[in-house]
Amino acid sequence: MTSLMGHPSGQTVGYSFSQPTAAPVKEHSFYPYTDNGGSTLGITGSDFAILAGDTRSTSGYSINSRMVPKVFKIGGDDETGKGAHILLSVVGFAADGNALKERLDAVVKMYKYQHGKSMSVTACAQRLSTILYGKRFFPYYVHVILAGLDEEGKGALYSYDPVGSYEREECRAAGAASSLIMPFLDNQVKFKNQYVPGSGEGHALQPKKAEPLPRETVEQLVRDAFTSAVERHIEVGDNLQMMIITRDGIEEIFHPLKKD
Amino acid sequence: MNHFPEAWGRPRDDVYGAYNSTYLQTSGPKAHTTSPAVTGTSVLGVKFKGGVVLATDNLASYGSLARFTDVKRLRVFGGKAVVGFGGDVSDMQYIDRLLESIDIRENYSSHGNMLNAKNLHTYLAKVFYKRRSEFNPLWNHILVAGFDADDQPFLSSADLLGTTFSSPHLATGFGAHLAVPILRRKFPDERGIETISREEAIEALKECLKVLFYRDARSLDKYSIAVITQEGIDLREDEQIEGQSWAFAETIRGYGSQTS
Repeated sequence: MTSLMGHPSGQTVGYSFSQPTAAPVKEHSFYPYTDNGGSTLGITGSDFAILAGDTRSTSGYSINSRMVPKVFKIGGDDETGKGAHILLSVVGFAADGNALKERLDAVVKMYKYQHGKSMSVTACAQRLSTILYGKRFFPYYVHVILAGLDEEGKGALYSYDPVGSYEREECRAAGAASSLIMPFLDNQVKFKNQYVPGSGEGHALQPKKAEPLPRETVEQLVRDAFTSAVERHIEVGDNLQMMIITRDGIEEIFHPLKKD
Repeated sequence: MNHFPEAWGRPRDDVYGAYNSTYLQTSGPKAHTTSPAVTGTSVLGVKFKGGVVLATDNLASYGSLARFTDVKRLRVFGGKAVVGFGGDVSDMQYIDRLLESIDIRENYSSHGNMLNAKNLHTYLAKVFYKRRSEFNPLWNHILVAGFDADDQPFLSSADLLGTTFSSPHLATGFGAHLAVPILRRKFPDERGIETISREEAIEALKECLKVLFYRDARSLDKYSIAVITQEGIDLREDEQIEGQSWAFAETIRGYGSQTS
């Protein structure tokens, strides 16, 4: 009895040989993604936003190139990005990152041609989320950060996961060294674990209140974050690219980082 | 005879048994190239003052078998650009056919603007990215050399995933490990390509090809080299690596038959 009931395949045991009807499914071995390393970071202030990234491109332990920028101007008038008012940083799988950048750039340009006005950062942020979610089941394998100025002229920063979940934030690190940079930002931008000296004992201690930092401080924080990340992460290095957006336009600054 | 025309002319099931169709894959994913078959190894490229040099050997391997020893892996496009192919040779021949048709179409067009190396690279990278997104990759890693729209020397890479990057010196496959460090030492970034002469660049690539022949088991001492300048392309396809010295081989210990 047990020999009849306990057949592992769950099929009935026939008295003649049965022909297999379906061939075993062949498995795909092609993996369509790779990690090109690198790290990005964005911080906002009261009247500006900074997006930064290193310029190294890697494949495994190899350095592909020392100069592949990760921060782009979106919706500019020409290929130099002149006239743009939105910044985008992409880190992760570089081919997806490029495709995504080109798509968003085309969308923002088309918006201007069709509506006769520039796309707001808020609208662009929502559109970017929709683009990412549109490939929910074959995602763009990238962590993106969008930056610009909002309707009030304040710095605006939006960070995304690969499938389009997004949130407006004051600061965000993404990519290979995000786990090294983000806690530093929490402490230095959001003043986490910092208290007002002498305000009390134990739970009575007053947390130090976070407020927008001046541009010079933020630029120095970005440089410090990257010089430190370079020391501890092999996929980060070569050069630091910083884009600063203010009401006067976009400024791009390069700084050398360690090349080892 | 029965009354089912689809059975006429076929072996009778009651005599020969049902037709065994298991070898036909009827369900599951469509079979695509999941691994390359006949492959070419490294492609090397260096920029110099006024141009670019590209080199490959003339071997197409079938696994570890040196199958075809006279395969040209450099392709001239439009008299101003050269593409160097590594990876699957049949996919190379397919891309070659694509380029042929583009070249003809462009030559018949009335606008008179020929595609430069940068345009060509963008196109090929998009072909690669499209095919990887369809899970049907073209199994190649290529270098594109020539000039950009401002007539500056151009050298860039694209691979089966659609990943792209650019650098003053590039190499694919084994060359990324063996040739790039040699090139980076000879031509450090601080030197700038303006100080590198045509002769120096050619000599450097010949040296790299020799090192690759010593250490890459899927390489050959017959090679092709293309020098791209504004004056035109000097393509030599039947070159021989010169000045080999295998004296160092005597001193190698630790594996193979000489274990101590």
